[in-house]
Amino acid sequence: MNWILEPFQYEFMQRALLACVLIGFTNGFLGAFVVIRRLALMADALSHSLLPGLAVAAILVGLSPMGLLLGGLLAAIFVALGGHIISRSSRVKEETAIAALYIIAFAIGIALIKYAGVKVSLDHFLFGNILGVGDSDLWTSYAITCVALIVLVVFQRPLLLAIFEASVARSQGVPVGGLLGMLILLIVLAMVSSLQAVGVLLSLGLLILPAATIYLLSDSFDTILWGGGALGTFGAVLGLLFSFWANIPSGPAIVLILGAAFILAYFFSPRYGIFSRYFKRRHLHEESLERWKK
Amino acid sequence: MSHQLTLEDVTVSYNRIPAVHHLTASFQCGSCIALLGPNGAGKTTLLKAIAGLLPIETGRIEFCGHELDGPAGRTIAYVPQREAVDWDFPVTVRGLVEMGRYPSLGKWGKFQAKDAAAVAEALEICDLADLADRQISALSGGQQQRTFLARAWAQQAHIYLLDEPFTGLDRNASEAFAVAMRRLRDAGKLVMASHHDLKSVEGLFDHILLINGEAVACGPTAEAFTKENLDRAYTMHVFSGHHHDHA
Repeated sequence: MNWILEPFQYEFMQRALLACVLIGFTNGFLGAFVVIRRLALMADALSHSLLPGLAVAAILVGLSPMGLLLGGLLAAIFVALGGHIISRSSRVKEETAIAALYIIAFAIGIALIKYAGVKVSLDHFLFGNILGVGDSDLWTSYAITCVALIVLVVFQRPLLLAIFEASVARSQGVPVGGLLGMLILLIVLAMVSSLQAVGVLLSLGLLILPAATIYLLSDSFDTILWGGGALGTFGAVLGLLFSFWANIPSGPAIVLILGAAFILAYFFSPRYGIFSRYFKRRHLHEESLERWKK
Repeated sequence: MSHQLTLEDVTVSYNRIPAVHHLTASFQCGSCIALLGPNGAGKTTLLKAIAGLLPIETGRIEFCGHELDGPAGRTIAYVPQREAVDWDFPVTVRGLVEMGRYPSLGKWGKFQAKDAAAVAEALEICDLADLADRQISALSGGQQQRTFLARAWAQQAHIYLLDEPFTGLDRNASEAFAVAMRRLRDAGKLVMASHHDLKSVEGLFDHILLINGEAVACGPTAEAFTKENLDRAYTMHVFSGHHHDHA
């Protein structure tokens, strides 16, 4: 039994576990909107575009969490907004414009990182290190969790209208552009909060895997929303413990746990899993056969 | 003040190219209007302009003596083409119809008895009461179309703008949708639907607005839906809009 309790004895693990609860919930909760709106690739682009912001912040103000947060945020907003402007003012469609900008931003980020005054390892930004979570990181995550939760709960209805059918929502007087902009801002904030834990490259997993898993299991948006938050929390905590026991890096461990849940749901979901679908189809076939025999 | 929708010298552009030119027409509430015209005549553009989704360049749109400027919130319900909707969205028929109530709830609003009543009534009118708890992905085309009409009804709008509601519906589904549409009309609403199947116009609509970039004919179906008018609409050559670049 000792090995189960062991990780809870260290202060760095307690801190890391708390961080996992916060970022797991925020990302899983927000992920419902990302999955339903099909923003996963957009979110991927945004996660990559954080890097140059982090690099510039590290050059200017060193590794202070607030500076990194601001840098990442500005870079991602720059890419999202720039993509929007390019797609509106040229022939290029939005996903192409954003992909073009984020990959440019990513390259700038990698090129800049060596100029950072402090010693920064690229690995740290790309893959994170949750065991290095400090007090200010925790406070940042806590603040982002609160902001995201309040905003999403308050604006849930108009946001759903905007996501489901933009033109109808617009005709009802819903400010669709503003709401989607707000959603993207929250996505960036959630990613910034998960940087320390899983890094730029794996942050997408925390965002979309929980909601995608629940989406395979449930038809209710509320379930996807809160279930995504719950699964995100559970997966992040379990992933961290798994990384401790198996002695592997925490980021991949968390994503692997969440990924396993997703694959299980894909195969065995009672309603939408491929196994149950296979059996349902056979059932229908027999039914029509019965009718023919009459 | 009569209950009517008035379009006065309305010009609308789509992607900066004028698609509907100087259109003047007016409609009484309590009628079903077919918006007819060849492909590219500006049917969807006009519907979107009335819904406040596209800005109008000239003229004005009035309802009951008030100018409609921008999204009209609860007055107008816009129902998009069925293909434009993500039917995998995790929501039930009832949930989708409830969305029609959201604008009247306010941000902290709770669903109240009157909201539930409006939703129940909308489901009843559109013959969806039995399907209320079904996922929208499991609906047939006709049921999907009626669900959107029910949502518009729950919004308690006065004007219903439907973009090609009969496209892809078979005979039974069309008839069921027409029944729901007539119920709206009999309740004193104004229903305007773009429509391309000329054979079914007389059975479904009591008024028509025939356009091809500009108004060709407008009036009761019995008077305006004539071969001459149709020939004129389907053969006339309209400015493509590009000519206006030099103006």
